[in-house]
Amino acid sequence: MNVYDIIFYLFAAITLASGFLVVTVKNIVHSAFYLLFTLFGIAGIYVLLGADFIAIVQLLVYVGGILILLLFGVMLTNKITDVDIKTGTLHIVPAVIGVGIFWGAITSILTSTHWKSLPAENIEPTTAQIGTLLITDYVLVFELLGILLLIALIGAATIARRDNK
Amino acid sequence: MIEVGLTHFLVISAALFSFGIYGVVTRKNAVMVLMGVELILNAANINFVAFARYGNFGLNGQIMALFIIILAAAEAAIALAIVLNIYKTFAHVNIDEIDNLKE
Repeated sequence: MNVYDIIFYLFAAITLASGFLVVTVKNIVHSAFYLLFTLFGIAGIYVLLGADFIAIVQLLVYVGGILILLLFGVMLTNKITDVDIKTGTLHIVPAVIGVGIFWGAITSILTSTHWKSLPAENIEPTTAQIGTLLITDYVLVFELLGILLLIALIGAATIARRDNK
Repeated sequence: MIEVGLTHFLVISAALFSFGIYGVVTRKNAVMVLMGVELILNAANINFVAFARYGNFGLNGQIMALFIIILAAAEAAIALAIVLNIYKTFAHVNIDEIDNLKE
């Protein structure tokens, strides 16, 4: 068992434990903060997979952007006077049974399948190659995603500020 | 324990996906449902990056993961705008009690 394996199990434990707490804790604000640890753990897993640029983007966009947005959503959609912000749950038993069966099936399939894996020999910095791919092979998708983000920005501002007359 | 390989990452991603589905199905609060969706998207992302590392496909999988992160950002912005509107209309965001599109 080398250092790579130990770091992997550490990040996997962080990710799965906090991911479990995200969906089981009653307090929404606590859920949001557990989501922070989940996203950090996933960024670590990306680093272990040799995806350094994706890990940084994960930290910048998810932890710095989406999580803050979700926290704003929590704060804006609950009464400030409520000290503890609780959320109700429903269908616990059927959900546990269904998700358990799903998880067991997927995991058994994944572990019993023989994957033909050809890992690259050494891990290299990916930023320059990703940049080159983005302006060559994926330039159309790149531009379309820019337009999509603009549309989403304008649409979100329009929807959120619509007057209820 | 055996050496960490592709299967380990796929098993983690499957577990995260299951947690995400559990959150989407059982939570009443719309923001919590959004957090479940984020977990599901991250599970898909781990799969993409893991196959990019072990499948010898070059960096295409990582670029897909990048695009998914961008789409998740757009999705979160729009969905939170809708949630704010729901709150303005119904004064709560319990999605099991919201059964009409207009007042």
